[in-house]
Parts: sequence; C-alpha cells; structure tokens
Amino acid sequence: MSTATARRAGVTLPPGGGMRHRIFGRNPLGLLFSAPYLVFVILIFAYPLGYAVWIAFHDFFFAAPGAQVDRPFVGLENFVTALTDPAVLRSFVNVGIFLVINVPLTVVLSMLLATALNRVVHLRAFLRVAFYVPYVSASVAVVAVWLFLFNGGGLVNSILGPLAPDPSWLINSAWAMPTIAIFVTWKQLGFYILLYLSALQNVPKELYESASTDGAGAVRQFWSVTVPGVRPATVLVLLVSTITGANLFTEPYLLTGGGGPDGASASPVLLMYQKGLQQGQPDVASAIGVVLVIGVLIIAFIQNRLVGRED
Amino acid sequence: MSRFQVILRGVVLAIGALAFLFPFYYMIIGSLQTAPDATVAGAFPNPSNITGENYVNINSRINLFTGIVNSGIFTGGVLLCTMVFGILVGYALAVLQWRGRGMTFALVILVQVVPFQLLMIPLYVLIARDYGLTDNYLGMILPFAINSTAVVIFRQFFLQLPKELFEAARIDGASELKLLWRIGIPLARPAIITGVLLTFIGPWNEFLWPFLITKDASKQPLAVSLANYISNVAASTANPFGATLAGAVVLAVPVVVLFIVFQRYFISSDLGSGVKG
Repeated sequence: MSTATARRAGVTLPPGGGMRHRIFGRNPLGLLFSAPYLVFVILIFAYPLGYAVWIAFHDFFFAAPGAQVDRPFVGLENFVTALTDPAVLRSFVNVGIFLVINVPLTVVLSMLLATALNRVVHLRAFLRVAFYVPYVSASVAVVAVWLFLFNGGGLVNSILGPLAPDPSWLINSAWAMPTIAIFVTWKQLGFYILLYLSALQNVPKELYESASTDGAGAVRQFWSVTVPGVRPATVLVLLVSTITGANLFTEPYLLTGGGGPDGASASPVLLMYQKGLQQGQPDVASAIGVVLVIGVLIIAFIQNRLVGRED
Repeated sequence: MSRFQVILRGVVLAIGALAFLFPFYYMIIGSLQTAPDATVAGAFPNPSNITGENYVNINSRINLFTGIVNSGIFTGGVLLCTMVFGILVGYALAVLQWRGRGMTFALVILVQVVPFQLLMIPLYVLIARDYGLTDNYLGMILPFAINSTAVVIFRQFFLQLPKELFEAARIDGASELKLLWRIGIPLARPAIITGVLLTFIGPWNEFLWPFLITKDASKQPLAVSLANYISNVAASTANPFGATLAGAVVLAVPVVVLFIVFQRYFISSDLGSGVKG
C-alpha cells in the first residue's frame, strides 16, 4: 500500500479504495505497524505452545539439526512416565505447599501495606521505592544475601539462638519449602503493593465518608469498604502470584542447591530442566509442563469463582 | 483516624521498609567483610573488618566486566525491539482504525499470562537446536524481544492524547509515521520511560532462559555467571559469602540506581493500567 493513499485514509476514503477498506478497515497501516509484533507472538508464543503439546504426546528426543528422525505418536505414555515418577509427584506437592503459603501471605501483606501507604503524605516516595526495591532486583543477587542470612551460622540463627531450627532452614526438609515461599513473597511483594495502590485510587472517597458517619471505625472501614473495593485487584494478584509461583525455578536451584534436601524443595520447572535438558527427555518434561499449566488453570478458575464473583 | 491508629500505621510501614531494605544494606556490608561475621555486631560496619578484596576475588573468578557487557547487550536488544515495535503496535492499537485491532489487543493481554514453563522446552528445541542460536545474543533476546506489558502502557498513553491533535496534522497531509514520530513520541516520553524501566528489569534479572541457552562463560550475562559461581565454586573458597555478595552488589546496583533516579515514572497508575489493560 502506498503512503499517499494511507495518508489520506485517515480523513476520507480515497476513490477506488473502498474494497481494500472493507477488508483491512479504515486505516490498513495499523496492520502493517502491528505486523512485527504479530509475527513475534506467533513465533515465540503461539507456535511453541502448540509444539509443547505436540512434544508431550510424541516420543521426542534431541537429534542433530537437520537429521530426519522418526518421532512416533505415543499417546499418554509421557504423562504416565511423568506422573508415576515419585520425584515429579513430590515436586507438585512442593509447589502446592509453596502456593498455600505464598499466595495468601502475598494478598494479605500487600493489601495491608498498600492501605497503610495510601494515606501517607510524608516519605511517600521513599516508602514506595523501599517496598519495590526487592521486586526490581535480580533473584540471583538477593538469593546471595538470603544464603548469607539463613545459612547454619547466619545472622538469623545467631539472633534466634536456641530457637533456630536444626538442621538449618535451607537444609531442613520441613523448612526448605516454607523458607523459599517466604523469600518469594518478600521479593515480589512490592509489585503487588503497586497494583493495590492503583486499585485504591478507584475506591470512591464518599464510601469512606459515609461509613465514617455511620460510625464505622478504621478496621470496619477496611473490611467493608477497602476489601470489596479492591476486589478486581485481588483477583489479579491471585492470578499473577499463582502463575509466578508455578514458574518457580531460580530459588530452589540456588537457595537449596537444586531442590534439596533430597528433593524436598524441588519444583516442577526444576524437574523439567533436569529431565528435559539434563537427562534428554524433553517429551516427559513437556508432559510435566502441560500438567502444571492445567493445574494452574484449575486453581485460577476456582480462585475466580470464589473471589471474582460480584455479590 | 485516632492517634493510636496513626502510630500503628507508622509502625507497620517502618517494619515493612526495614524488612525490604535491610537485606540490601546487609548485602553491601557482607560484600566488604574480610572474614564473614554473622553475629549481630557484624551487621554494623567494623573498620577492622573492611576490605575491597571480595570484589577483586569475584572478578578473578567471573569476569564482571564481560558479564555486565553481556547483560547490557541482552537488555539493550530487548529494549530496542520493545521501543521500536512496541511503540508501533501501541500506536496502531490506540490511534488507527483497522480490522483485527480488537483481536490484536486481546493477544497482547493473553500473552502476558502464558506461563514460561510451558514454552521452555519447545523454545529450547527451536532456538538452541533447530536454529543453532546457543551462545548467541540473538538467541537470548528472541523470547523477550517485545514486552507486551510495555505495549499496553504505550497504547494506554496514546489513547489519552486528544484525537484532534492527530486529525489536524493528518489534514495537513502528514503521514502516519511522521505523526507518530513528530507528535506521538515526543508527547509519550513519560510512558516511554515507564516502558523502559519495566522492560529493563526483565532481561537484566532473567536467569532461567540465558542459563539454558549459554554454555560459553564469555557469553553469559552477569546473573548467569554469578549463579554458576554460587552453585559450583563458592563453597570451595575461603570467604564464599564475601565474593558472592560482591557480585550480587554489582548485579543489583544498576537497577536500583535506575529505579531511584526515575522513581516518579514507576508509579501505581502506569503499572496498574499496564497490567489490567
């Protein structure tokens, strides 16, 4: 399409261009501007998504580039291999423990801190930056400091003294996963605080005023005005924190030295890395990925039914 | 609010700020200690236990400069693609009328909830195996090339600009590309800075993907080489925490400084619109 016609397209329909406009819309240039993005989405998201499912249902292995190899359809075999592996089942239980601790803690703490921050006039910018510094920093960098804080002879244990768990946090099979869940909550909280801060701007001030005239105290106002007022944000926070949690990889890989002790903190994505890329079973790894995503979809659906509903 | 509640709120916020900031303070303190001191006293600077040696040590194990350059190229590539193609699609979604606009916008939102774990294996097969882009910057950049959250922020900003601005210039015969370049982009500077900040933290902090795709140490971004140091080397050194924390400081400082300097462009309203659409 020539620039000359496109230029006029915004103002009047050029003679003879009627057919094209019926097909591409008033300003076909929009499609041209979006083309690189659409190509990107097809190459990086749409095609690999389909490919992931295809791999999960076939006997897939790494072959030299260009080599013609037979990859027969194997039905649910990869899923059976994955789900009868105790290590894989353990990783799903682990991520369940993670989500049960991380998601509610994230919602409660970020809502509370955002509500507290929302009324602040002084030091507002400082507090906001302080709250999101962990979120913008690299996991690898903050993991280093948590290793220092939570190792056997670390600062946390020297403050706790005899109360410190033995073996220490990250090498204790009961404490490893909860410690990771608390780490991730701390790391991501700033982002969710910003989401709640944004949602709080949309809660009408009059609601607080009328609640106040009705004699509701601050706690009552929080429960009957703030919490329902930010419900759309809560739905979003639940969804995003669940997806982020299901993606857990860096923390068990580094904090607990590859999902230790003895698989007690291994996540499904860590297993996908070990099975798929280290042990050369990308088909089994893909099956784990498909099961994990179906699990996330089910959890998201339940969350949406419980919290998202207007009453 | 009663006086008690004001005080309570202050206490909650102060505990929050301390919990978020202390580990960063401790990261710097730990990176400067000659011998790791994990006692409570060790949390305060001790002149007899301060050294820059850890920074020298980590630099001799993993080349910090190479790591920063690799992280910079990775991040720069993503920023460039997001700024060029992301602004184009953001403008098209907000200002232009074309068939497929609604569907494209739905895609922009949908892409943000696609979990990376499902893409990890096929992307590895495609990019590392089929295209042979292991240890290649292009292979690192591709999966992150256009940040969809930034696209939404650009679209949201262009939507807020008055339509008359563009209509008047169109009547004067300016092309859409010229309109975008002369009117859209200069006005959109705040949205662009927000987009840069948001996009920057993705590749700079990313670990999993570059870890999968780089085997050659001279091509690894700093996050990957530091992680390899933590998981393979640190335990066998004299002061494992000192050197690791020195590397962590080098990795974290650029982002933290960036977000402090530009903090007013990273506020809830921009971000809220970006995520919710």
